Amino acid sequence: MAEEVKLFRNWAGPFALRVVWALQLKGVPYDTIYEDLSEKSSLLLHYNPIHKKVPVLVHNGKPLAESLVILEYIEETWKQTPLFPEDPYERSTARFWARFGDDQLMPSVFNVFIKQGKEQEEAIARAQGDLKYLEEELRGKKFFSGEKIGFLDLAFGWVANLVSVFEEIQGLTLIEHEKYPLLLAWIQNFIDAPIIKESWPPRDKLITKYRARIEFYSSKEAAKK
Amino acid sequence: MGDEVVLLDFWPSVFGMRVRIALAEKGIEYEYKDDNLRNKSDLLLKMNPVHKKVPVLIHNGKPVCESLIIVQYIDEVWKDKSPLLPSDPHQRAHARFWADFVDQKVYAVGRKLWETKREEQEAANKDFLETFKTLETELGEKPYFGGETFGFVDISLITFYSRFYLYERFGKLSMEAEFPKIVAWAKRCLQKESVANTLPDQKKIYEFHMKWFGLE
Repeated sequence: MAEEVKLFRNWAGPFALRVVWALQLKGVPYDTIYEDLSEKSSLLLHYNPIHKKVPVLVHNGKPLAESLVILEYIEETWKQTPLFPEDPYERSTARFWARFGDDQLMPSVFNVFIKQGKEQEEAIARAQGDLKYLEEELRGKKFFSGEKIGFLDLAFGWVANLVSVFEEIQGLTLIEHEKYPLLLAWIQNFIDAPIIKESWPPRDKLITKYRARIEFYSSKEAAKK
Repeated sequence: MGDEVVLLDFWPSVFGMRVRIALAEKGIEYEYKDDNLRNKSDLLLKMNPVHKKVPVLIHNGKPVCESLIIVQYIDEVWKDKSPLLPSDPHQRAHARFWADFVDQKVYAVGRKLWETKREEQEAANKDFLETFKTLETELGEKPYFGGETFGFVDISLITFYSRFYLYERFGKLSMEAEFPKIVAWAKRCLQKESVANTLPDQKKIYEFHMKWFGLE
């Protein structure tokens, strides 16, 4: 039976990357359709009318949105190379940390790089507190999922992918070596993993793109005063 | 045997109610502990140090946090009775997507109705109406969001029914007039024991919020 898997994504998006990694790790063939988010295609709007965002996975004509939802779908549909823990309790823990990453850590990290002055200091304190949880979760483990890369590593992939980009743009180190030795080791192990490495977006392009993004949000923040 | 299940909750919490409904659907016996969120217990702080929020399900001493994660956990552990999620992966993804939509939107747009300053009331009302319109459209002619049977998305949304009177008062709207399908769906859900026994009376929730947020 011919399976048709299409992924709508933008080239830099951290959420889409999770889906790319999951599909690659499971060896699922798929086609990529790159979207320019400033001018969304009518096909994307048809497949994701609610949020109008990427990534969208279309499997045999049926669309799915929201990266964490897509990862669960991929796991349930293609059972080779399991990415989720088998035990329900461990699964619930992984889901908890993935949500924490998206709902709390991501905004607190982004704030570090767009706020200034006292607000930035507070943002740094907040983000470093949040990052401490990740450091503790890695105790005794090579990856968040254990010996091998799994769901939670993919969910936290943006930490490996984007934070050093932001750090370079703003000349500010958030993930300090003395405070986060395990997290930095994980970042290196994650980046070096064969399948992950192949899908890494080019760093110089990321810097250009996020420099513009950060400048845009920073000036919005400054204008609020 | 010898499963120990404790639920840390706060009686007006829409999130806690989801877990109570799920536990009732599965016929699970548990100990309920009410935690007043303005005076959090040591147990809560120990079991949910990251968010310090309810609900927390403590199963044989181990905590599970975040209501939708808890409901999925309950479904996976007590899998032999009353499935809450469909078995087909695509339908499961659909259910997760819509429950996530409820989480992303409904709580916030509802709260804005009474938190918002007068100038922004119109915008708040618009967001609220749009959100529920989306849900009304998604429900369509189905008896439940999941189709023929009550499930995950229904559980994620039905608890907000307890706030409908609150929304009507602050939004100056009629939920039944604006969203007849949603209201009919809610009444259908209320025919289930698990829902009827869990949802507090709308007036009681209204009075609670008036006091809690000093809205009187």
